[in-house]
Amino acid sequence: MRHELMLAVSVVVLLVVEIFSSAKHKTNVVLPLSIALMGLSMLVGGMYPEAGTLFGGIYRTDALRTAVKLVLDAGALLVFFQVYGWIRRPENSDKVSEFFILVFSTLIGMHYMVSAGDFMMMYLGLELASIPLSALAAFDRYKRVSAEAGIKYILSSAMSTAFLLFGLSFIYITAGTLHFDALQAAFRPDVLTILGLVFFMAGMAFKISLVPFHLWTADVYEGAPVAVTAYFSVVSKGAAVFVLTWVLYHVFGAAVEQWRIILVTLAVMTMTVGNLFALRQQNMKRFLAFSSIAQAGFILLGMLGQGALGMASVVFYLLVYVFTNIAAFSVVAAISNATGKENIDDYRGLYATNPRLTLVLMVALFSLAGIPPVAGFFGKLFLFNAAASQGYYWLIFVAVVNATISLYYYLRPVRAMFIDKNEHPIAFFKSDAYMRMGLLLCMAGIFATGFISWFFEYLFAVS
Amino acid sequence: MISFDYTLLIPVLPLLMFLTLGIGGHRLKPLMAGLLGSAAMGVVTVLSYLTAIQYFFVGGGMGADGYVALIPFQFTWLAFTDTLRITLGVMLDPISVMMLVVISTVSLMVHIYSLGYMKGEKGFQRFYAFLSLFSFSMLGLVLATNIFQMYIFWELVGVSSFLLIGFYYRKPSAIAASKKAFIVTRFADFGFLLGILILSYYTGTFDFGILTQPETSPVASMAGVSFMGLSVVSWAMVLVFMGGAGKSAMFPLHIWLPDAMEGPTPVSALIHAATMVVAGVYLVARLFVVYHFWAADIQEVIAWVGAFTSLFAAVIAITQHDIKRVLAFSTLSQIGYMMLALGVSGYGGAEGTGYMAAMFHLFTHAMFKALLFLGAGSVIHAVHSNLMTEMGGLRKYMPVTHITFLIACLTISGVPFLSGFFSKDEILVAAFEHSKVLFAIEFLVAGLTAFYMFRLYFNVFWGQERHYHHTPHESPWVMTVPLMVLAFASVFSGYLPFTHLVSPDRLPFEVHLHWGIAIPSVLIGLAGIGLAWVLYKRPSRVPDRMAAAMGGFYTTVYHKFYIDEVYLFVTRRVLFNLVSRPISWFDRHVVDAFMNALANVTNGVSDRIKGLQSGQLQMYAATFAAGVIGLVLLALYYLGSA
Repeated sequence: MRHELMLAVSVVVLLVVEIFSSAKHKTNVVLPLSIALMGLSMLVGGMYPEAGTLFGGIYRTDALRTAVKLVLDAGALLVFFQVYGWIRRPENSDKVSEFFILVFSTLIGMHYMVSAGDFMMMYLGLELASIPLSALAAFDRYKRVSAEAGIKYILSSAMSTAFLLFGLSFIYITAGTLHFDALQAAFRPDVLTILGLVFFMAGMAFKISLVPFHLWTADVYEGAPVAVTAYFSVVSKGAAVFVLTWVLYHVFGAAVEQWRIILVTLAVMTMTVGNLFALRQQNMKRFLAFSSIAQAGFILLGMLGQGALGMASVVFYLLVYVFTNIAAFSVVAAISNATGKENIDDYRGLYATNPRLTLVLMVALFSLAGIPPVAGFFGKLFLFNAAASQGYYWLIFVAVVNATISLYYYLRPVRAMFIDKNEHPIAFFKSDAYMRMGLLLCMAGIFATGFISWFFEYLFAVS
Repeated sequence: MISFDYTLLIPVLPLLMFLTLGIGGHRLKPLMAGLLGSAAMGVVTVLSYLTAIQYFFVGGGMGADGYVALIPFQFTWLAFTDTLRITLGVMLDPISVMMLVVISTVSLMVHIYSLGYMKGEKGFQRFYAFLSLFSFSMLGLVLATNIFQMYIFWELVGVSSFLLIGFYYRKPSAIAASKKAFIVTRFADFGFLLGILILSYYTGTFDFGILTQPETSPVASMAGVSFMGLSVVSWAMVLVFMGGAGKSAMFPLHIWLPDAMEGPTPVSALIHAATMVVAGVYLVARLFVVYHFWAADIQEVIAWVGAFTSLFAAVIAITQHDIKRVLAFSTLSQIGYMMLALGVSGYGGAEGTGYMAAMFHLFTHAMFKALLFLGAGSVIHAVHSNLMTEMGGLRKYMPVTHITFLIACLTISGVPFLSGFFSKDEILVAAFEHSKVLFAIEFLVAGLTAFYMFRLYFNVFWGQERHYHHTPHESPWVMTVPLMVLAFASVFSGYLPFTHLVSPDRLPFEVHLHWGIAIPSVLIGLAGIGLAWVLYKRPSRVPDRMAAAMGGFYTTVYHKFYIDEVYLFVTRRVLFNLVSRPISWFDRHVVDAFMNALANVTNGVSDRIKGLQSGQLQMYAATFAAGVIGLVLLALYYLGSA
């Protein structure tokens, strides 16, 4: 609980600072403060993880949950590093602190989701995260697309929540409880429970943007500010992935036949459709949006595994994905902040002018494509391994075919940057210190998680 | 208990130096880069000598029964099962400590020598970076605790050799040579890898310590399994030997080594004379217990391959005109000796003479062959040519080079009381005990060796003085000092008490000089020298007439028995036409066509469905609901059928 309390305290501190700091230097005060608060929260929450329950078991924590929360916090922290160039613009000057306060609030919600021991608690956490998220999506409210993104997100989200609640009510009717442990004991595979399971999965699939519940993703990702898109694609997705995995394993363990067939269907559709759409995108943000849909399809393969192997492979992938995807988004953000350009064609000849940024983006894209020896390769390897342990060889074949297709579009920006000629490439620009620090951390993360086996072994041990 | 923790620095320092010079080298002045590299190597050399002294002479390595294998450092990189795991570490045992001394000494000498030899070359810093990379790889190889670590460094050694042979990357012949070396050794390494996989599949371990325990080795358990009439152990070990034969350039995988002489001469001295090419010998010695106890048939093969290579290469060496090529074939021949010695060796006590002699000869050979190469480099530096026909009478101009080169020639010829005499004598003794035929071959080779070395010596330093573009001059002191150091080592390293240091069962034993074999072999060596004296000391037409009299045989030998041509025929004509062409047709017309079709279909579908992403929220909601209904039907269908 100290983790969540620390986040709540951070929100309060930021509110107070907001009142007393002058408008002129606000960014220079609030940004380092937020980074420090986030670091402190990770330290306070992450040290000495221990298992425990509160409030009659509706809040629970253990080493695995702490690890997942740290992954989410790390994602938020890395996002903070890339916002400097965007948040200090004059049009944002009146709402600098709001950005950080909203991010902290969503994190509190997600932490409660992760720590839920009860569907009610999970639902509260979900909503606590969703509402600030839609505000974040509409953060550039003077832009039409950003406002549209906010509206689209809140409406779609409301609909998915309706389904989720509807499903939970079915479950409550049959079992008379929403408590995870009690549900597991009282599980009966009757029609109503299965309906509840499917509705619950649909609600979560919306958050993870699995096909066919993904349609909001591209519009919201494109419309929202880059930093928010990065946050959406990594952190908000990560929390939902963990909760879905945990609930399927521990609450609906007896209905494994049913949810596996659903997961397989969703995985095939998500990987394939995500890839097919990503092939044609010109806008980098939209491109990364569809890439992240396809990536979610791969994560489902890990969920098909069982026990510690499945859980560890999923969480490990989230960890890898945090570093990789935020690295990619950070580069997009840096270029977007400096030049306003977001199309793949604009990146042509970038290597000649901004070699270091190009290399970072290249490593990130290689990691997303799963090229060894960077972390993404090991992440995919463990996911496939988990699916293989349950005998889903044909599904792995489908995934490998999809990974091959994905190689094509991940290499497109690389080709544009390194090979294609351009008479007027984006001129050299210098990124701010925060951005460079963030990129450095991302690179370190990509290589560390790829080369040091301790991460996976730890996750496996606590799963 | 003596602590060996510092041995980790031995491979790590050259690695750091490689990174430093590789990344920041171009910002340093060339001389600075060279000095930095040499200084790091100097530290490594001091540490290696310290290790050797502590291990052998202070008692740090002596256990209750014989020398023990110490592992001062180890970490697990990939764990597959409890026993099958890939670890990286540092292992000290008699042969690895001995190799440390060899590698660091020669490497340091080459580092210093290159300060003079490579002076003013383009890419001087790059050269030192590659030298450091090579030293790191080679040190990692000999310190490997398990066969997989050895394989990793084995490949790294191959890469650095590739880089160094192709150092003059604007020269087509150098590029061709580097490619050839890499492809041939890589082909051999494929066998090595297969051997490792078979071995680890049956034994469940990569660890040298476990594999080479005569009593408890898991290899014993696979001895019963056989495949195509040969036991699985034999298959594994012959494949491992294939890797060793590739690196050590044993017949028929020797073809890359003569061409590798395209690299800078100091590189030839370091890699293609003293260190990398003996990696195969080291590998066989490392797994000697496995060969001896469970794959005796393969051990016999090793002996014969070694003997044949030594004879074959010695014959070719007589006819070559390029001094570096003569030395290259001489290297082949001498490594053949070492392989033979391992092939004929027994296990315990004086039986293990062959094993000890192979390591002993490896040591002495490294010193005098590095000296020969560096001496040849000094000559080439002075006259700007590799060809003997363009040299002669150089003794007056280059006294230091002349004397040190003479010492090396005498050593390799087995003249008494120089180091080569002792180590070669032990090999001949071991061969004599095992097989009279092998002994006869090696006895003959001893004579040939003396003859071709002195043919080289007289042609270069005596004979007719040529017309030089400018008067040849002695090399600068940075080049002559390493020559003197190595000459000292060539003379005196024979007095090291090797029987007390290295043996298969790691117990010290005693052998005495076998005069019955030593005297004839000295005599045949002297005969070879004498013949060379008569033919080459003064300019004469006799050699040419003899060559003409031999006719076809001479031409065949001069063309190295046309082995390269045979390879070209097999690869170009047979493999390319019968295998590669059909496969390439299949690839282009079936596989590619399928892929293209797939890409077209994918693109087409992608085009069609773009409309679905309309931006209309109502449509999104409808899709959402349809998705839920579809999933519900699916789940209920499964519920019903279950």
